[in-house]
Amino acid sequence: MSNSYSMHPLGDAAVLVQLGDGISDAVHQRVVDFTQRVERNPFRGFIECVPSFTTVSIYYDPLTVQKPDDSNSTFDVVCSLLQERFKADEEDGNPLSIQDVVDIPVCYGGDYGPDLEIVAEHNGITADEVIRLHSGQDYLVYAIGFAPGFPYIGGVPERIAAPRKPTPRPRIPAGSVGIAGTQTGIYPIETPGGWQIIGRTPLALFRPDRQPPTLLQGGQYIRFRPIDRAEYDRLREVKLCD
Amino acid sequence: MRLTVLKPGLLVTVQDLGRFGYGKYGVITSGAMDKESHRIANWLVGNPEEAAALEITWSGFSLRMEEDGWIAVTGGDLSPRIGDTPVPMWRPVYVRRDSVLTFQQVRSGCRAYLAVSGGLNVPKVMDSRSTYLRAGIGGWEGRPLHAGDRLSAYPSRLLNRSVDRSTITGAFYAPRWSVLPGKIPASGQEVTVRAMPGRQYEDFDEVSRHAFFHQPFKIRPESDRMGYRLAGPDLGLTLPKEYVSEAVALGTVQVPADGQPIILMADRQTLGGYPKIAQIASVDIPLTTQLQPGGTLRFKEITLREAECLRDERERELSIIRAMIQRKIEEV
Repeated sequence: MSNSYSMHPLGDAAVLVQLGDGISDAVHQRVVDFTQRVERNPFRGFIECVPSFTTVSIYYDPLTVQKPDDSNSTFDVVCSLLQERFKADEEDGNPLSIQDVVDIPVCYGGDYGPDLEIVAEHNGITADEVIRLHSGQDYLVYAIGFAPGFPYIGGVPERIAAPRKPTPRPRIPAGSVGIAGTQTGIYPIETPGGWQIIGRTPLALFRPDRQPPTLLQGGQYIRFRPIDRAEYDRLREVKLCD
Repeated sequence: MRLTVLKPGLLVTVQDLGRFGYGKYGVITSGAMDKESHRIANWLVGNPEEAAALEITWSGFSLRMEEDGWIAVTGGDLSPRIGDTPVPMWRPVYVRRDSVLTFQQVRSGCRAYLAVSGGLNVPKVMDSRSTYLRAGIGGWEGRPLHAGDRLSAYPSRLLNRSVDRSTITGAFYAPRWSVLPGKIPASGQEVTVRAMPGRQYEDFDEVSRHAFFHQPFKIRPESDRMGYRLAGPDLGLTLPKEYVSEAVALGTVQVPADGQPIILMADRQTLGGYPKIAQIASVDIPLTTQLQPGGTLRFKEITLREAECLRDERERELSIIRAMIQRKIEEV
C-alpha cells in the first residue's frame, strides 16, 4: 500500500487530504487512522474532520490558525501542520483497535420491505435467498453522510444488486434498509429516496440527545440479522422505553 | 424580552453560527446563511455573536414584542416596520411592549436577521441553537416558526438599561448612529461573486471552464438554504466520469449531470459526489446568500491567496465595526 497523500484546498477554510484512489479497506483504514490522529492532536484553529471513502476534509478557522509570519498563506500553514501529523502517523503506526461488529436487526419484506420481491425478481432468486445473502456477511461502514447517521456501505453481493427506482419515493420511513447497485444502507430519518427498500430496523440510527449522536460511525463493521414482526415490535418498544 | 409570532411568513427559523464537530456523523452545519449580518445584529444588541437570532426569509412575517427591549435588524431590507413607521436597520432599536414588527416588502437581499438583546432562549442541540430542518431538531422545536409561537430571550447582559418611556416620542427609540450595511444586492442588480477553480475544474471541458467565468447565471426559484440552483450555459466534463463522494464546503459550486451548477449553502449535506467546478471565496459568501431568486450573477476568478487576503481584510474591518459598536452601546 502506498503511503502517499496529497492536499488540496477546499475553499479558503478547508483542506482536503487525498489518501488513496479507489474504494478499498486499506484506503479506508488510512482515512480512519488519519482522522483519529488529527482529532487527537488538533492544531489551533482546527474545527472538524469529515472523512469519506478516499479523503479526509479538515475544516479550520483561518483567523485562529497561527501563522509564523504574515507572508504565509493560511492554507500552507495548515498543510504543514497536517504533514507533521502524517509523520507521527508513519513513525507510530498503531493499528486501530478491532471493534465489535454492530448487530442490526432487520424485519425483511412485507410493509417494511416493499421492494424485497422486486430485488428477488430482478436477480431471479427467491425473497428468502435475498435475505440470506444480505444478512450473510459483515459490511464495513466506509463513511457517514447524506443524512445524519446514514452509513455508506459497499460490497453487497452481485446476486442481490438492484438498480435504483426509476422515480424516487417522496417519503422513506426512518429505519428503512435499502439496496442501490451493490450498496446497502439504512435511512436514519424520513427522507425522499430512490433505493429499493427490503426491510426495516427498529434501531434509531440518529439520536441527537446522545454522544455520539449516531448509532454507526465510519470504520465500524455491521451485520444485518433477520427478525420477525414480533421481535421488531418488541425491540421497538424497548428502544422507546430506554 | 418575549415575542409572539403573529404571521409566520415564508420561512423564519432560529439560527446561530452553526453546528460544528458533527460532520463525520452526517450532521450538517446549518446556521445563519448570512453570518456577517447575523453577527452584526448580535453585536448591536450587546450579544455574543453566536447568540441565537431569527433568520427571516422574504416577506410576510410579523411578531409582537411582549416587553420593552432592544432589538436590531440587519441583512436584506425586507421593509421592517412598527405600525406605519419604518424601523431603521443596522442599529439598536428600543421597542415598547405591544409593538408589532412587520416585514412586508423586499427591497434588497432576501434574508433579514432580527437579534433581541440577550439572545433567543432555545435549548442547544449538539452544541448549537441552529434549526436543522430536515432532522427536525434544534432552534425552535426543530421547525420554522408558526403563528402563535412564543419565544423568549435570555436576560440581557450588556444592554440591560431601559429607556425612559417619556423620551420615546414615536413608535420606538433608536440612537442616531448606525453601522454601514454589508453588501446587500438590490432587487434586479447583477452581482459578481469571486471564486476559485474547484477541485475538479480541470475535468470540465474548455468551453465550460470559459463559460463558467465569463457568462451570467440566473438564480432558479427552487434555491433554498441547502443550495442555490443556477441556470446558465451548459457545463460538461471532458469525459463522463463518476466520482467517489467526498466532503463539500460552504460555497462549493458543484455540477450535476444536467450541467447546471448548484452553490452549496448553510444546509448543504456533508458529502457530495458531483464534480466541483469552483469554490466561492469566503468574503463573498454573505453576498451570495442575499441573492434573490430570479436574479443574475457572474463568477470572477481569483486565486486562493487573494481569497485569503480578502477574508483577512474583511475580518479586520469587522473587528473595527465591532469595537465601535461596543463603545457606542456603552453610551446608549
